[in-house]
Amino acid sequence: MEEKNGEKKLEYKSLNIDLVRYKTLYSHKYLLRKTYQKSDPRMIHAFIPGIIRKVNVKKGSPVEMGETLLVLEAMKMKNEIHSPIGGTVKQVHIREGQKVTKSDVLIELE
Amino acid sequence: MGLKQKTADLKKRMREAIKGGGTKAIEKQKSIGKKTARERIISILDPKSFYEYDLFVEHAGKDFDMDKKYLPGDGVVTGTGTINGYPVCIYAQDFTVAGGSLGWMHAKKITKIMDHAMKLKVPLIGINDSGGARIQEGVNALAGYGEIFFRNTMASGVIPQISVILGPCAGGAVYSPALTDFVFVVDKVSKMFITGPEVIKTVLGEEISMEELGGARVHSETSGNAHFFAESEEACFDQIKQLMSFIPWNNEKKAEPFPKKAPKTRQYNIESIIPSDPRLPYDVREVIRAICDDSEFLEIQELFAPNIVIGFARVAGQSVGCIANQPMCMAGVLDVDSSDKAARFVRYCDSFNIPMLTLVDLPGYLPGIDQEHAGVIRHGAKLLYAYSEATVPKITVILRKAYGGGYIAMCSHHLRADFVFAWPTAEIAVMGPEGAANIIFRNEIKNAENPEEMRKHKIKEYKTKFANPYVAAAYGYIDAVIEPHDTRQFVMHALEISSVKSETRPAKKHGVPPF
Repeated sequence: MEEKNGEKKLEYKSLNIDLVRYKTLYSHKYLLRKTYQKSDPRMIHAFIPGIIRKVNVKKGSPVEMGETLLVLEAMKMKNEIHSPIGGTVKQVHIREGQKVTKSDVLIELE
Repeated sequence: MGLKQKTADLKKRMREAIKGGGTKAIEKQKSIGKKTARERIISILDPKSFYEYDLFVEHAGKDFDMDKKYLPGDGVVTGTGTINGYPVCIYAQDFTVAGGSLGWMHAKKITKIMDHAMKLKVPLIGINDSGGARIQEGVNALAGYGEIFFRNTMASGVIPQISVILGPCAGGAVYSPALTDFVFVVDKVSKMFITGPEVIKTVLGEEISMEELGGARVHSETSGNAHFFAESEEACFDQIKQLMSFIPWNNEKKAEPFPKKAPKTRQYNIESIIPSDPRLPYDVREVIRAICDDSEFLEIQELFAPNIVIGFARVAGQSVGCIANQPMCMAGVLDVDSSDKAARFVRYCDSFNIPMLTLVDLPGYLPGIDQEHAGVIRHGAKLLYAYSEATVPKITVILRKAYGGGYIAMCSHHLRADFVFAWPTAEIAVMGPEGAANIIFRNEIKNAENPEEMRKHKIKEYKTKFANPYVAAAYGYIDAVIEPHDTRQFVMHALEISSVKSETRPAKKHGVPPF
């Protein structure tokens, strides 16, 4: 929104609903919405911000489904992160004692 | 000691207590643009109407050397008074006394005035300005909060409860405002959060300022916790006074009627507000102003989910709750937040005998993965639940589009609206013409020599047949198709005719709404 000669000039956008394009403004929240990303089981993300307490695997280690890859401590709770698939470790992005924020990539599998 | 000396002694004691946290603490409070607790109460109430109680209450803390401390009034001011001549019970936390922290006796003062409000059946106003629980009192502080929350819940729907956040309101303390009907916040003064920036930083490593985490703007725009946003404390008090003029004292009364006043039709010409092309935007608040008395409309949650407009107005002197889709924002769709916002307001109006006027112009529900995953099903269902449950007079006017689930949700006859009127511009259909024609005539379009021509032709055919109010009117789903300039007349008559409306719902302990 822009002020011009005391009158608010509205910058309308278009919104498509059931194939009809409506001229309208976007809400603050609509602009902030996150685009959906399909989850990839090969990428191990931090589901909560915290500290890496233990890393059980190295680059190139073979892993089995359900194996504990690392321990992520958050909210006074030690969370074991298990491998969702079997395979090998492609990359380890963290070391013990490191602080991570939510959604950081911790380990990549292949 | 004679009466004179005793009176002098009383005066001395009062002076001591009224000093609160002392000159220094008061200066600090004022330096950041905040008034003191008593000043705030006096500014909200009618002049000279405040009577204070429990001035000499002392705190009950024994541990950590607390027994040696004197905390005047235990950090909270309570009393009764009037607003626009209305009786109210009121309390204000005093930040100058131990940071307005809540101990057992502080809580007892609050619960005492709450119990009072319930007995007298008058509104309760709470001014929050507190650092949180008084840690030295341990579990007694928590018990205090619990006692307040229980009373907030019991009073909900019985007496109006108003929370004014004029300082920090953190941790468990925020749940009392959350349980009340209306939350007022002031820019740069109000701060609300469950866990503050410090804790978030140490525990989670995320850095954020207090203002960005839980400032007035955040709660007005993003979280939806606040209902009224003001630039200053004075502006906030004016909003409170205006709100009080629209609502009744308790759930057994109706809002006080005002003298009837015509709308400012020169400024708000109902015939020229709405573009006939259903894809073009306009400000639906102008339609409300064109219908209501003196064009006075008090909007609630103006900044949160602006795709639906809610608020109070008067028609022929009578308070009315308005709910209207806002085509100017997000084409007026229903989504998670707008359904939630409107549903709660519908329940408020129903609890306090305020008739509802619903203005409809929406293309349906907002499509999107984020909406589906955020639970648009259960949030959208709240609106259906609230309208169906409501037994106050319900008047609906369909201005333009009423498509799909949105048509049902916006107080249709099927959810027991008492009166449904439609303008000749109304389009009541299962979806917009483009989408509908594409599905119904899929094969004809696909097999046509010129599919684009055929599509256009079929959209036009669908528009002519269904994009009007007469199909719905033929089934009796619309009571009358009316000219826009007759809207006020029809609404006035509908209100008058349903003034003694009495409708019941099956007896039950309570339902299970999609909270």
